[in-house]
Amino acid sequence: MDVTIHFKEIDHKLFGFVEGEIDTFTASGLRDELEAVKITEGLEIELDLSKVNYMDSTGLGIFVAFYKRALRENGKVKLVGLSNRLQRLFEITGLSDLMDIETDKKVELR
Amino acid sequence: MVNQTERNLYIAQNFTRQLIQKNISPEDVISIHKNAVEQIFPNQMNELQPAYDFLIEVMVHYGMAHREHQSLLQKQAEYEMEMKIATNIQKTLLKTYVPNMKNIDIGMISVPIRKMNGDYVHFFHDGEEYLSVAVTDVVGKGVPAALCMSMVKYGLETLVYAYKDPSYVLEVINRVIEKGVDDSMFVSMFYGCLNVEQNIFSYASAGHEPALHYSAKNDQFFTLEAKGLLLGVLSETNYTFHEIVLEENDLIIMMTDGVTEFRVKEELNSREVITTLIKENRHLSAQQLCQLLYKEIERVQNFKLFDDFTVVILKK
Repeated sequence: MDVTIHFKEIDHKLFGFVEGEIDTFTASGLRDELEAVKITEGLEIELDLSKVNYMDSTGLGIFVAFYKRALRENGKVKLVGLSNRLQRLFEITGLSDLMDIETDKKVELR
Repeated sequence: MVNQTERNLYIAQNFTRQLIQKNISPEDVISIHKNAVEQIFPNQMNELQPAYDFLIEVMVHYGMAHREHQSLLQKQAEYEMEMKIATNIQKTLLKTYVPNMKNIDIGMISVPIRKMNGDYVHFFHDGEEYLSVAVTDVVGKGVPAALCMSMVKYGLETLVYAYKDPSYVLEVINRVIEKGVDDSMFVSMFYGCLNVEQNIFSYASAGHEPALHYSAKNDQFFTLEAKGLLLGVLSETNYTFHEIVLEENDLIIMMTDGVTEFRVKEELNSREVITTLIKENRHLSAQQLCQLLYKEIERVQNFKLFDDFTVVILKK
């Protein structure tokens, strides 16, 4: 299974919808798409991962790289819609303390 | 052409084999055929000539594709050769030496999913007094992972003077990796140090799968949670360490996510599979437990693992 990402810009905010399984084999496509995103100063980017049903550490690496680039270029990245499984992955790796992350539950509450 | 028999076809088959062996191109095969037909039916050649010429022209292009394919095969063989050499170098370079100690039983298994292993285990020990172990997992698999892991190994080698201090080890290795790799590369590490005489196990984790502690006295498992960021993400990261007391027949189980992540059977609780198996077989040696765990998880996942698999077990 492959992974796709669609972007939509609403009110100067960039929304990305990621769908599929992210592993060693599918990751490079996603990496290229994210690298192609032009980050301007103050740009807010929200990546929706609610349709991601599997992600391994390679996938994690892609989001970390994107996050670090955004940090350097003064943009803001937020990950939303994480399943319990994904949430656990970000927690174990300590990344949930570093990155702006919202789980599925909070989205529902809103 | 008139009396086509099984025998003729059989001869043709054998002849084809020889042609392939001698690397005869498709257009030459048609040419041979054309000459044979010309000799047997000289009178019909006037009509057949254009058809054969047409076919030969078409086959020239097939011939080119065929030769390209051949050269690719050769290139692939060369790559495989190089890969084999690299795999051997990695095996020597990243070989784990499991210490033999009187009062601690140590077991370890590490099985790569591809040719090169993205997991690595490093032991330090000072006589019979201290034993330290680092269980690491680098993001990704294959060659890039192995290259990064060499860096981790040499980083650890230089820390002989400080191997009893989990926080310090993680902080130094973090800086080494952060400087040396690109943004999407990182390593997770669980680091534990056992003071054999005082039976104190101190540990810290950098984004690694939590280890398990089996307490024989309570007949119960405890998760050795320790929060800490992956190595290589931020240059200045602090890691806190925790301590537990190890008692007679207690076990420490350290592993990589290849052990706990079930890609196919999401509904299965991997921790439960692990703890049940270990509890039932706790009388076995540490090495036997590692092997049993590998067999069981391979079976649960239908003999199709998705990640490098590494377990280290310490038994008091």
